[in-house]
Amino acid sequence: MAGIPHDHYEPNSKGEKWLHRRLPVVGLLYDTLMIPTPKNLNWMWIWGIVLTFCLAMQIVTGIALAMHYTPHVDMAFASVEHIMRNVNGGHMLRYLHMNGGSLFFIAVYAHIFRGLYYGSYKEPREVTWIIGILIFVLMMGTAFMGYVLPWGQMSFWGATVITGLFGAIPLVGDAILTWLQGGPAVDNATLNRFFSLHYLLPFLIVGLVVVHIWAFHTTGNNNPTGVEVRRTSKEDAEKDTVPFWPYFVIKDLFALAVILAIFFAIVGFMPNYLGHPDNYIEANPLVTPTHIVPEWYFLPFYAILRAFTGDVWVVIIANWVTGGIVDAKFFGVIAMFGAIIVMALAPWLDTSSVRSGKYRPMFKWWFWLLVADFFFLMWLGAMPAEEPYASLSLIASAYWFGYFLVILPLLGVIEKPLPQPETIEADFEAHKAKANGGTGAAEATPAE
Amino acid sequence: MIRKITLSALAALAIAAGGGAHAAGGAGHVEDYDFSFEGPFGIYDQMQLQRGLQVYTEICSACHGLQYVPFRTLGDSGGPDLPDDQVRAYAEFYEVFDAEIDDFRVALPTDHFPESGLENAPDLSLMAKKRAGFHGPYGLGISQLFRGMGGAEYITSLLVGYTGEEKEEAGAVLYENEAFSGGYLSMGPPLWGDDVEYEDGTEATIEQQAQDVSAFLMWTAEPKMNARKEAGFIAVLFLTILSVLLYLTNKRIWAPLKKGKGTSPAE
Repeated sequence: MAGIPHDHYEPNSKGEKWLHRRLPVVGLLYDTLMIPTPKNLNWMWIWGIVLTFCLAMQIVTGIALAMHYTPHVDMAFASVEHIMRNVNGGHMLRYLHMNGGSLFFIAVYAHIFRGLYYGSYKEPREVTWIIGILIFVLMMGTAFMGYVLPWGQMSFWGATVITGLFGAIPLVGDAILTWLQGGPAVDNATLNRFFSLHYLLPFLIVGLVVVHIWAFHTTGNNNPTGVEVRRTSKEDAEKDTVPFWPYFVIKDLFALAVILAIFFAIVGFMPNYLGHPDNYIEANPLVTPTHIVPEWYFLPFYAILRAFTGDVWVVIIANWVTGGIVDAKFFGVIAMFGAIIVMALAPWLDTSSVRSGKYRPMFKWWFWLLVADFFFLMWLGAMPAEEPYASLSLIASAYWFGYFLVILPLLGVIEKPLPQPETIEADFEAHKAKANGGTGAAEATPAE
Repeated sequence: MIRKITLSALAALAIAAGGGAHAAGGAGHVEDYDFSFEGPFGIYDQMQLQRGLQVYTEICSACHGLQYVPFRTLGDSGGPDLPDDQVRAYAEFYEVFDAEIDDFRVALPTDHFPESGLENAPDLSLMAKKRAGFHGPYGLGISQLFRGMGGAEYITSLLVGYTGEEKEEAGAVLYENEAFSGGYLSMGPPLWGDDVEYEDGTEATIEQQAQDVSAFLMWTAEPKMNARKEAGFIAVLFLTILSVLLYLTNKRIWAPLKKGKGTSPAE
């Protein structure tokens, strides 16, 4: 763990020394657990632990569920009912897994917006950010395929709509679609491969999570001020940081316990709250549901997908320029993936030298508008494809792209940032003075 | 800040709920009946489930099946809780096809209820979960927590919702129903009052029978509800205690840093 100067693990006992010479695993664990962490982290820095917990919980419950589930179109639905009725504790396993997906996405969105507000994506944490976005994309893939497995109506029709997107790719679309579905339509082959991939992808996520943690342990955590930990000496660094254990382990566990209390209330008292009733109807290729709605966590991107219809001028221009290759459907697909790609490019689109949004008076407004826009898109994604929702989706989608492609680059040039604290220690002491009732903090305390 | 996090989590939930509710759609009128299993502590009324089983057996089962429900679960606690001998005797009313002997035989408690006998009569095992919004008959947000998910209300409303009007369409008779989203459905009114004679002496009005069978179908859809709520309650209780302990621990650990002049952690 380069960067912040700190004490490293020294093997003491004979056994430790023996192992350390051969495999420094205890040292690795020690350095990971004792990593110097900025002491001013606020409560938005808890989502990492929630996400790690979710990943572990989904894998553990998922492995148990896979022991009882049958990935076959004639048996999948019944095997889920078998889990719900006959497997010991099966109903809890299944509801934990089902709602665990939602908790996972609540946490990941909070985590992403935390990063966007405090500039966690900026130099030198671009790699952490990109890997994070990769994890997010894999999560979406995993969740989507997992939702297909119970083989209810929404499973089937959701799979049909989403795999159908790839059919919009010009020239090779049909071939890709057939390759993805394993046949001319969503059927047994699709269910089988989705089950296989739904089991595989979480382990890829585990790998990426390790790299994600490795990356930010190399650069050190960002913090609410965006000011870097002093690396001038060990003494200076210690004034800005505390070891991860026990300070943040206990703090994170406290936050996790509170969140899990809410989570278990939902699992115990209203486990189907976030689901769609139609998914308790077995998949039927001959009956299309009136509204095909994805799970709530896909709605913002689903809204962007649907926003770009054939009568929108950018779509018409794109269609004309490419000689008809990019039609409205393909444009929507590009827009949906583009909405995630622009997020990944944030480190290079944001031109401001100030990291934290706390010291960026104009940025703040645009950021909160982006948050509102995200929830607005989520709502729009659940609405039927008709006016006024179509126009509103277009405006909301435009803002999503505008924020990343226009506002972030421009703000860095025109915005006059507020003074930042000299050090993390100064920020921490200022907070302490405020909390303890003192008003005369000597350090510069930027208004919050 | 904790409050902020909780609020944003709730906001996310509320928005998600709004989406689902809309998608569930349906123009029919669903009456908000009271059931014993609503709310975080609501559990099934064993007597009501037994009455509902009787209504299902004597009326619904003529056309509708319960293919996911094994007979033995009629003896489960948290369900109708019939004694073993009654479960066995009940199963013997039914014949099931046994692939091993390639013939029909008398059903055992380990067998499932039969599938629907009529082509267009849907299976009822999950009816209470697949019909109506998950958000209670009215409103949005977390009303489901207090009002249940609305499936039983829908079934009751449907069973009592016949207006008596009929019409013929493409050679089939359709019956007008206030709760059905299309207005007309092909199932004729199954309940007329006093269709069954309850052993416990309860008066078998249309509404009573409808509510009893709805409660029973809620159980067939969610047979482990009592156990689930209990597990949820225990989990929330212990997690709350754990939260308090961790809160105090956290406060204690950070106290030296947050008070006084010390700038580095006590080592």
